[in-house]
Amino acid sequence: MDFIGAYSWPNLRYLLQGFWITVQVAGLSILFSFIIGTVLGTVRYTRVAFVSRTVAILVDAIRNLPLLLIIFFIGMILPQAGIRIPTFWAAVVGLSIFEGAMISEIVRSGLVSVDKGQIEAARASGLSYMQTLRHVILPLALRRMSPPMVSQFISLIKDTSLAIIISLPELMRNVKILSGSSFSYVIPALVFASLLYFTLNYSLSLVAKRLEARQI
Amino acid sequence: MNLWDFSILIDYWDDFMAGLGRTVLASLLGLIGSLVLGTLIAILRIAPFRILNVVGTVYVEFIRNIPLLVTVFFFFLGVPALGIAMEPFTAGTLGLIVYTAAFVAESIRAGIQAVPSGQSEAARSSGLSYIQTMRYIILPQAVKIVLPAIGNQMINLVKNSSVLAVIAGLDLMYYADIINLKTFKGIPVYTLVALFYLLLTIPLSQAVHYMERRFAKSN
Amino acid sequence: MNRKLSRTFRWSAAVLSLIIMLIAAGCGSSGEVDTLEAIKKRGKLVAGVKYDTKLFGLQDPATGQVEGFDIDMAKALAKKILGDETKLELKEVTSKTRIDMLRNGDIDIIIATMTITEERKEQVDFSDVYFEAGQSLLVKKGSPITGLESLNKDTKVLTVKGSTSAQNIREKAPDAEILEFENYQDAFTALRAGQGDALTTDNSILLGMQKQDPNYELVGGNFTDEPYGMAIKKGNPEFVKTVNELLKEMKESGEYDRLYEQWMGIKPE
Repeated sequence: MDFIGAYSWPNLRYLLQGFWITVQVAGLSILFSFIIGTVLGTVRYTRVAFVSRTVAILVDAIRNLPLLLIIFFIGMILPQAGIRIPTFWAAVVGLSIFEGAMISEIVRSGLVSVDKGQIEAARASGLSYMQTLRHVILPLALRRMSPPMVSQFISLIKDTSLAIIISLPELMRNVKILSGSSFSYVIPALVFASLLYFTLNYSLSLVAKRLEARQI
Repeated sequence: MNLWDFSILIDYWDDFMAGLGRTVLASLLGLIGSLVLGTLIAILRIAPFRILNVVGTVYVEFIRNIPLLVTVFFFFLGVPALGIAMEPFTAGTLGLIVYTAAFVAESIRAGIQAVPSGQSEAARSSGLSYIQTMRYIILPQAVKIVLPAIGNQMINLVKNSSVLAVIAGLDLMYYADIINLKTFKGIPVYTLVALFYLLLTIPLSQAVHYMERRFAKSN
Repeated sequence: MNRKLSRTFRWSAAVLSLIIMLIAAGCGSSGEVDTLEAIKKRGKLVAGVKYDTKLFGLQDPATGQVEGFDIDMAKALAKKILGDETKLELKEVTSKTRIDMLRNGDIDIIIATMTITEERKEQVDFSDVYFEAGQSLLVKKGSPITGLESLNKDTKVLTVKGSTSAQNIREKAPDAEILEFENYQDAFTALRAGQGDALTTDNSILLGMQKQDPNYELVGGNFTDEPYGMAIKKGNPEFVKTVNELLKEMKESGEYDRLYEQWMGIKPE
């Protein structure tokens, strides 16, 4: 092990550059998966005859597949069918679809957990179904689902490392290239990367805990 | 277009099955290993010694906040860098165990702590021994909470075992790469592999749903 | 429960296939575009190169730059087509991903230690040979393995997914256990980690590894010929011609010999 050599500034900068890609991919994917998840979750909750059923099947299929396979498929295999996406965006699309499916389940169970009485009261006071959904059910549910949502975003941040399979120069891929340059850099590089992931995710999990505490 | 040439399933049946076998084996070993390690850590977390609690908490919090790939690379690259050699499959499976154990430990702890402490006090004061209290009062209730969570971890193990491909772990994804490179029929190859994964995970997630619903009713 | 389970599964499978099929049908193939024209229009050459292979294409963590013989060939090609060697974009490929990426149109050309083979000629077109390598074995110094003949069912040989080395070693040492990694760096790391007894690939790549870690040595000489070519999407005769012209010019001007010596440390034969 050679912590001093491994932690020379050019090496650290290289790892930080990887981390910056990780953060960018994660940020965009969090945004998109939140949108996808909210839409799909609501559609599934509202039980629109054919659509909700199709969404349910789709979501279940995606949730039950390895994300590694999804990312590789989108980045390397889908282009054979004429769909070309640059590496960075292939990672974002793969993550957004997969985590979006995960989040849709959180949204759905959040919606389901809203008290029936409140819905009936809103309807009785003259609100349409869509109005009730928008102004009563969704706001109530959103507050309840924020802790599991944040946990899912933490998973998402960790999952960005799977983009190594399509050679995206994110943190773990740079850890590997650095490890290749000297065997004594392996553990120092892994330690540094762990600390970066941990710091980001742990701060997020503290936010989640605060959200949880506020509800009770 | 030969995008949909599924004859590769027959031509490469042995490779698909070899990969499927390794994926199942890695997931099962991962489950057993993470149950053992996870239970140990859960005990650390609820033991009446502050220092043990801290050790357990640090483990859980650290592992839950880093990617699986870090633990896998630790066994694949890091441990050998310290002079201990192991097969990629072993390294990958150990990585899976260490990672999953943190989540299993949390589920077990949550399950045990969900049983109100009044119940165990009542059981103890009515003359049951500690073992009997655990056996008849605490565990049956805890299992209802823990079992679906363990089921979910099993699903995650099957999916996560795909990272073995990254380190030549001979699993389904590994063989998918090998077959794709021989045939250049990526779409059918990876679609079939996706179906194989669903074949493993969908029944598991149905079982978890079933358990959740049954236990919810019985409460 | 059982019926429901199988129904759910059948549905998922059907929907999944349907989606992919729709996508496949909807977009069709991206159409035949002349690569050379596309490069000129774009004003940039996109070359698929290795990022982990010393002497040919290796990323230096300190600068982020990729350096090697293949990279210099790519620069020369950019200069020939566009008059400026900086009008070049490098994309990382591995032996596993390179043919898919070329056929997908992600890259214009593969310059990545790629052996010309009859099988691959069905997928891509090749330029003339630009480097002569041969497959060999890399082992730890003092290893009992001295060549192909020492490989038996108790030896584990490491190599890379999608390389000719993986295919060749299966034929030459059918008893040996073979493990295929994502790229050369991983395979070499695995060898150093003691996860195998020997690493097999082209001598030129193994030489780079030996330079990285002198505790390892090449044994047994070359047991195959591995002529490297640059790979181009099928149906681009003009582009192939341009590349071949470049190779000829470089050899005549002495530029090729200079680059070869700069990276390999010896003059080409």
